[in-house]
Amino acid sequence: MMFLLRREWLLSWRRRSELINPLVFNLMVVALFPLGITPDPDELAVLAPGILWVAALLATLLSLDLMFRYDHQDGSLEQVATSGTPLAALILAKILNHWLFTGLALTLMSPLLGLMLNLPISLMPLTLLVLALGTLVFSTIGAIGAALVAGLRRSGLLLSLLVIPLYIPVLILGTGSINAALAGVSFVAPLSALAALACMALALAPWVAAAALQLSIND
Amino acid sequence: MAFSMTPVWRWFHRWTSPPNFYRIARPWALGLMLVGGVALLVAWIWGLVFAPEDYLQGNSYRIIFVHVPSASASLAMYLSMAILAVISLVWKIKLADMVLRQCIPVGLTLTALALISGAIWGRPTWGVYWIWDARLTSMLVQLFLFIGMWAIHTAIEQQKLADKATAILVLVGFVNLPIIKWSVDWWNTMHQPATIRITGETTMVWEMLAPLLLSMAATYCVVAALVLYRTRWEILYRERKTRWVQDELGLRGQA
Amino acid sequence: MSSSARQNHNDPVLRARDLICERDDRLLFRDLQLTLTDGSALRIAGRNGTGKTTLMRGLVGLNILLEGSIDWRQTDASPWLYVGHRPGISAHLTVLENLRFLARLRGLDPDQAALRQALAAVDLQAFDDSPGQQLSAGQQRRVLLAMLYLPGLPDCWVLDEPFTALDKQGVLALEHHLGAHCAKGGSLLFSTHHEPTVFDYATVTLGEHMTEGAT
Repeated sequence: MMFLLRREWLLSWRRRSELINPLVFNLMVVALFPLGITPDPDELAVLAPGILWVAALLATLLSLDLMFRYDHQDGSLEQVATSGTPLAALILAKILNHWLFTGLALTLMSPLLGLMLNLPISLMPLTLLVLALGTLVFSTIGAIGAALVAGLRRSGLLLSLLVIPLYIPVLILGTGSINAALAGVSFVAPLSALAALACMALALAPWVAAAALQLSIND
Repeated sequence: MAFSMTPVWRWFHRWTSPPNFYRIARPWALGLMLVGGVALLVAWIWGLVFAPEDYLQGNSYRIIFVHVPSASASLAMYLSMAILAVISLVWKIKLADMVLRQCIPVGLTLTALALISGAIWGRPTWGVYWIWDARLTSMLVQLFLFIGMWAIHTAIEQQKLADKATAILVLVGFVNLPIIKWSVDWWNTMHQPATIRITGETTMVWEMLAPLLLSMAATYCVVAALVLYRTRWEILYRERKTRWVQDELGLRGQA
Repeated sequence: MSSSARQNHNDPVLRARDLICERDDRLLFRDLQLTLTDGSALRIAGRNGTGKTTLMRGLVGLNILLEGSIDWRQTDASPWLYVGHRPGISAHLTVLENLRFLARLRGLDPDQAALRQALAAVDLQAFDDSPGQQLSAGQQRRVLLAMLYLPGLPDCWVLDEPFTALDKQGVLALEHHLGAHCAKGGSLLFSTHHEPTVFDYATVTLGEHMTEGAT
């Protein structure tokens, strides 16, 4: 398992210029909302949790397509599939790596973006925690979608169609937690539901994605 | 694997063979369509003309005879598709893939119908066409899921791969459906605690309930008939190179 | 695949019966029987488009369009070493890193010397530190072939057109290597247009006696 993770880290690190794109995209999308709706700080503070989540969701979608693309094209996937190392192990490594380079990066950006949207500073720790959990689910469920379309040529838009409905609970629970804190009520229920969702997704998704990937390797 | 040797299994295998199902499905489709069609007509006339007016909503509630049947049938459709997906992935029965493929457009239409009728109903009830009510919202997500299935089946060119990928997606969506439903409900209670409950069980009088139940049963029959008809076409299309289809269509000997 | 987990070495490594493959509504082959035993080599021949690659990919589980009964003798590790058309070389990893990864996937942990020796066997010793993207397609293919020179590999090799990226000397060297592999009791399933002269093998030709039409 460790050698799979090491390989993913190495590959992501050497392609880091590609990984900046979703982060810049995230910043730009967030900047669109005040321009499109209102610059009023009070109204923005109400919208802030939703804006942060939608932007992170879109940025994740943008980055998912590359999860298996290179390995499928150069034949690494078929080497893994015939090697005796389970595909699910590779997928788990890819999920963790994707979260590290995209989800966690998006999470770490969020306090800055939150400030731009007038989100109260006292909510930053919670925002960080919830986004970290939520983006982990994004990466995990996204792996299933990415595995399903790995063999297709133009798959970006299709991938979004497949994955967005599955992301809705995360969006609801994620914004719900921050909104609850914003309104001064307990945020434990949505937060723990999100954590449960993350555990379930991590336990199941690698196997499902492995079955999907096994199909995508077919030529 | 011992199961694959039992007589039950062999019978099942023979029964689900495309030529056999093609022949069996014809009278069933016809019968269900006739029974369902007549019953639906009766239920609608009963519901639209003879059922009493709602004391709160007046006549506008009568769209319930379209809305509730299509919504419940679309959910039942999703459930059957999940079962078909398991049959396809575990037992590799070809017929399951064909039925599943043809369930997608029917389910998509039913979900869209439920959404549209819901929106039309919303106008007199809430004063707006669309309201982010929990039920409408989960219906909308269900529509997205159907669109996704349709999209991936169209995108993958190899039939067998497309079938398996769709089956996986159906199952993933099915596992997610209760989570989505639950989260949307939770979200809804957080944002708008009191919307009007439209189909509260206690408020329904028998004179309204009877035509509603009849229209639901009738819709199920019609939907089943539609799926059977479409499956027969799918069987013909997929088996078009085989001798029995060429015989069936009278194409042999002409070439 | 196989339901029997016997370790009996009298069993063939592979026994495939009644293989059938249809692709894009075209019947590639049907009623195909294959048996591969220890220490033997089997060559899949046939013109382009007769389904050689489809067959080999199907046998190692990379193509679900291949139907029929496929029984590999159960072993603890993965039963095959597969070399396909795609090189399996990541553009952003060096040759050495790529080769080490291919070995680690199979539970092997060769030291630096073994890796360099394997690269030398395919004439790539000068490239050990170059990233995959700087290699030509032929060189990438040879990195994958270098895997065949690592110690501790599975006994059954499935090689799809292994000779294509090699020059005359390389072909001869690989033929000797494959011959030695079979002599040590390993088995080999390969496809190629050219006919190796160094070792003995049986041949199955696809695309002959194939009847067009429906089942």
